[in-house]
Amino acid sequence: MRKYIDKKNTQKKAYYNDRFYKAPQIPKEEVDSDEVFAKDVESLRSKFNIKETYIQRGQLVVYIEPKDIVKVITFLRDELAYNFLSELSAIDWLAKSGEFEIFYQMLSTSKRKRMRVKYFIKEKQEIQSVMGIYKSADWAEREMYDMFGVKITGHHYMKRILMPDDWHDHPLRKTYPLHGDEEAQWYEIDKIFGKEYRDIIGPEERDSAKIVEKDTHNFARIKHEVPFGAEYSEEPVDTDYQEEDGILIVRKLSKKDVKILKERP
Amino acid sequence: MQKVNRLKPFFENLVFEREDNNMIINFGPQHPSSHGQLRLILELDGELVTRAIPDVGYLHRGMEKMAENMIYNEFLPTTDRMDYIASTSNNYGFALAVEKLIGLEVPRRAQIIRMMLLELSRLTSHLFWIATHALDVGAMTVFLYAFREREYAMDLFEEYCGARLTHSAVRIGGVPLDLPQKWLIHLMKFINDMPEAIETYEGLLDQNRIWKMRLEEVGVITPEMAQSWGCSGPMLRGSGIAWDIRKEEPYELYDEVEFDVPVSDRCDSYGRYKIHMQEMRESLKILKQLIPMYKETSPELMAHAPKYISAPKEQIMTQNYSLMQHFVLVTQGMRPPVGEVYVATESPKGELGFYINSQGDPYPYRLKLRAPSFWHTSILQELLPGQYLADVVTIIGNANIVFGEIDR
Amino acid sequence: MAQHKINYLSEGGLPVALTTVDKLVQWGRSNSLWPMTYGLACCAIEMMATGGSRYDFDRFGTIFRASPRQSDVLIIAGTLTKKHSPFMRRLYDQMSEPKWVISMGSCANTGGMFNTYATVQGADRIIPVDIYLPGCAPRPESLQYALMLLQKKIRKEPASRKLKPKRLV
Repeated sequence: MRKYIDKKNTQKKAYYNDRFYKAPQIPKEEVDSDEVFAKDVESLRSKFNIKETYIQRGQLVVYIEPKDIVKVITFLRDELAYNFLSELSAIDWLAKSGEFEIFYQMLSTSKRKRMRVKYFIKEKQEIQSVMGIYKSADWAEREMYDMFGVKITGHHYMKRILMPDDWHDHPLRKTYPLHGDEEAQWYEIDKIFGKEYRDIIGPEERDSAKIVEKDTHNFARIKHEVPFGAEYSEEPVDTDYQEEDGILIVRKLSKKDVKILKERP
Repeated sequence: MQKVNRLKPFFENLVFEREDNNMIINFGPQHPSSHGQLRLILELDGELVTRAIPDVGYLHRGMEKMAENMIYNEFLPTTDRMDYIASTSNNYGFALAVEKLIGLEVPRRAQIIRMMLLELSRLTSHLFWIATHALDVGAMTVFLYAFREREYAMDLFEEYCGARLTHSAVRIGGVPLDLPQKWLIHLMKFINDMPEAIETYEGLLDQNRIWKMRLEEVGVITPEMAQSWGCSGPMLRGSGIAWDIRKEEPYELYDEVEFDVPVSDRCDSYGRYKIHMQEMRESLKILKQLIPMYKETSPELMAHAPKYISAPKEQIMTQNYSLMQHFVLVTQGMRPPVGEVYVATESPKGELGFYINSQGDPYPYRLKLRAPSFWHTSILQELLPGQYLADVVTIIGNANIVFGEIDR
Repeated sequence: MAQHKINYLSEGGLPVALTTVDKLVQWGRSNSLWPMTYGLACCAIEMMATGGSRYDFDRFGTIFRASPRQSDVLIIAGTLTKKHSPFMRRLYDQMSEPKWVISMGSCANTGGMFNTYATVQGADRIIPVDIYLPGCAPRPESLQYALMLLQKKIRKEPASRKLKPKRLV
């Protein structure tokens, strides 16, 4: 029987789950428990449609509408003194609900507070760039596009950033396998030698635990090294770095004269 | 004879003859002073850079994807390879994020050992920075001197954990080993020798005419620019904004030790050079204060949380339940509670953040690494235009970027 | 006269002069190996440490060169990614013969711990490798040992490498 692979989520899964185990939640505190955050949320609520807010592990989380994002970020910078956009990325929930969750991690140096602005978008929905407000969003948005395929409007240079331009698919999606799809696995061979050399060079060896002792095409056994592709032999090979009879001009090292220092001079 | 491969010579970046005296050159990805694999496409007007497009990703190894396919403890050694000049700061950032996710309290002795390793790695990182930066700008002597001291710091790491570069000496929940005998004596010797060495570098560089000419007024980052581009660490403090996470959002025992945060409002490369030198002195100050603090602590090293952390080795060997727990934790991995956490620490380069989204599985659902160098590289687009071609090397060297963490 | 055990008939004419030239040339080559500064990742730091003050690579006659045209050895120090692989091949092609390759560290050998979509699983898929140096990252001493083994290998080779079959396309 063919092994079952979940096509929607090809990532590694726990091989055993207790039927009765229910993972505990990190407590979500009320916003009122922190004065500064309570004030911020209040002023945000007066302007925008806020879906949900809570404090988790000392940081405020605010869920907003996707269309408000540019206004919210501008408001946070100008009115609420969140002067750094320290991180921006997406989370893939496509298998569960067909959505991406986008988060913006903000920092206020004057208040010494960190908060997260979040919203959900559908798979093909476009989002607005916040590059005009924080220039740091420039590369972060490019990375988000590269890794997830989230389309962004209003960005000045929307190109892949980490992967090559001719790369196929978006690697951080849950549907993308860790070892890459077929294009990825043959990428360097196709590019350098051409597709016809796939058979000559052969597929990648992905099993990190594989040991073939008698394979002299890849690695030789230590102290039993033979030339590339030659017959495997049991006879030990001299691994000393100087020949028996010494080398021209270079003085032969005699192991008796070696001095080992116990302490750093 | 070698068969010719399909790669064609490419000249698409090079425009040799144009009427407007412009030229486009390709810098990297293999360039001795590109600090790894940075590729810059520079548009030049004579010697002046008019447009710069940094191209990164030549060291993208898929760490975030790896994290989604690994249990938390398995991923820890991978963080070593992010900022490989100061491995411990990455290990620590990840360990702290996971500890915050599961809500752990680390024993005091482990905290002190962690702080010692963190400050030592800050020293090695800054020493490496001054060595390579000086080499790029043309001062070979400093390279040789700084590498000498760096080797002494490496010896300390080696004595503690056995590795020179990739330590993995910090674990989730504490540290695995106590300090070896005589380690503190060796550390004390190192602390005593270092100030003189720093003075040597400063003596070579501070008033050096070439050094000053090449660094002063080069790579000016205004405070507005630094905020907008998300700079952190010395790049931010070089613009006059005193923001050090160790001071403002103290983690471990940084609120108990006394140290200053050097700030410069010169905004140029020379100011940032001074900050790096001063920070080395502050690190030595912290290390000095930690030695008496270490001696007063009780010998626990790992947090006690049987759901998440394996028991000490002796207990595993003698008690049945600890052994079972250990077996489950190693084969299946710990299952943190559902939720998300973003933890920022002050790595030698700047703000190193780990965002972890956990769904109660042994594998993180999403792990985002916020590496300071990534943001410091993106600022090059705005920093380089208007500078001379020769200054490009200075600015890249001064930004202290490491490609392991840019591309991840 | 030098004592040597060479079958004149099978090695193909003019034995005495050629073998001594071979030996002399290869001795010269082996003691002036100029590697290219080709730092890719973590191993590059150890490569620099090898060139630095304590380990002092210059003792072996190795001087780091920045240009592939001037170098004999390519030390692949670090992870080779798929995006970078065409550049690696290009640089290798630009080096003049004779040339050798040391693959430094597990990433360059097999992909190492980075068993992912973006990493080339072994630099020998792109270019032929002479010495595989294990370790993550290898210590400077082991890089020195690798270089000494390469020197030994070069001393065994004939001066003309034309007859030797290339391993990779």
